[in-house]
Formats: sequence, C-alpha cells, structure tokens
Amino acid sequence: MAISLDKAFGIHQHALLVRSERAEVLASNIANADTPGYKSKDLNFADALANAQKQSGNSMKKTHEKHYDLSINVNSSSQFRNPIQPDTGDGNSVDVQVERNLFMQNSMEYQTSLRFLNGKIQALNKALNGGQ
Amino acid sequence: MSLYNIFNVSGSGMSAQSVRLNTTASNIANANSVSSSVDETYRARHPVFAAEMDKALGTQSSTSVNVLGIVESDAPLKIEYSPNHPMADKDGYVYKPNVNVVEEMANMISASRSYQTNVQVADAAKTMLSKTLQMGQR
Repeated sequence: MAISLDKAFGIHQHALLVRSERAEVLASNIANADTPGYKSKDLNFADALANAQKQSGNSMKKTHEKHYDLSINVNSSSQFRNPIQPDTGDGNSVDVQVERNLFMQNSMEYQTSLRFLNGKIQALNKALNGGQ
Repeated sequence: MSLYNIFNVSGSGMSAQSVRLNTTASNIANANSVSSSVDETYRARHPVFAAEMDKALGTQSSTSVNVLGIVESDAPLKIEYSPNHPMADKDGYVYKPNVNVVEEMANMISASRSYQTNVQVADAAKTMLSKTLQMGQR
C-alpha cells in the first residue's frame, strides 16, 4: 500500500478549513450584534465542505503557466440565518446567545477535527519509525 | 488563514463597544450639568455603528464593525424654573441635559457585556490557533 500524502489526512483537513471559515463568520455576527441593519450569516456546512474538497482536490496540479491558481473559497455557501425572534426595530437579526453557542460548538468541532488529524499524523509517524 | 481574521473582527467589535462605553460615561457624568441657555447645554451622545460593507460585499466572510460617528440626541432638554439658581437666565429658567440616566445604565451594561463576548471570541480563536500550531507534535 502506497502512502499518498494528498489523501493521508482524509476529510479532516477540509473540515478544519471550513470550520475555521465558519468561526470567522460567527465572530463577525457576534461583533456586529449591535450594528443596525446587520443580518446574521452562517455557512451551509455540507456545501462548504463539498466546495473545499472539490477545489483543493485539484489545486496541486498546475502543469502549465497559464493554469489558474485555484484558491480555496468556501464563502460562496454563506447564507443569511432565519431569525427566531421578531425584528427589534433596527433591522438587526443577530441573536447573541445563539451565535455564542454556535461559536463554542464550532470551536469544539474544530478541535475534534484537529484531534483526528493528530491521530493520523501519529499513525504516519509510527509507520515511518517502524513502531520504535 | 481565516482564524487570524477573527482577531481583526472581534478587535473592531471591542473598539466599537469601548467607544459606546466612552459616550455612556460622558453622558452619565454630565447628566446634571446645568446651563443657562439651550445652545450651551450638554446633549446625550450616541455612537452610530455600521458593518463594513466593502468587506461584506466582497469575497471575505468576515465583517468588522465601523463607528461611523457620534450623534447628539435630539430629545427635548429639561427646562426647570428655579430663579434662585446661580445659572438661571433672565426669566429664571435653567436648562438640564436630555440624558436619560436609566437608559444610559442599560447601555453601559449592554456595551460591557458585548465587549466581554468579543474578548471571549478572541480568546477562543487564540486557543484554536495555538492548538493548530501544536498539530503533529508529541
């Protein structure tokens, strides 16, 4: 079995990327909790993950100088959140409690992905060292 | 790396909230500053927040907070008849600021809570980053 370094980390490297992107979106929501007219946003996780996987799958292969440099952009799956409370009058749809909980959850999920990646790296290390 | 942008975003939120806290402190401090004419009287000040739309419309997913400016409240001043007051005008009236102290206290609590939330977000982002830096180490 050949070890492909591209595929060694599985889905976790993409998940990490999408989760860091989502952390940024949620942080923006929390920072703009008092901004009139700001609408709460979030990522469509499934879309963003598929997008990240698709784009980084062929991002390494640039065999010609005219090839486009594919940068990873998961932002296209950013959508507005449906507010669960009526408008307070200033057009702001951020619910700070919801955003905080989502941010913390996202942060835990990020660290879970990180833990999986660490496991993969340790497994690779073990294979390279021959179990010594 | 989008985690670094979180520091910019929550930092902008923190500075916006501290501007708000600043105006609140100024309003409460001047709540009882009387004067002898309408023009000289202190008026309650409030900051105007706005999302940075250039970034919001672009490809970046982060949206920082921008303080557009500080506006003075148009609410009517409190005019009091007290002819014995040293600041009274020729008709015996003094003018008090249009600061609503209760409203300002609520504003203060809200601003300081929002500030704390932004600090916590930056702290969580820092934890995530430092965990990422330790990736693959034993």
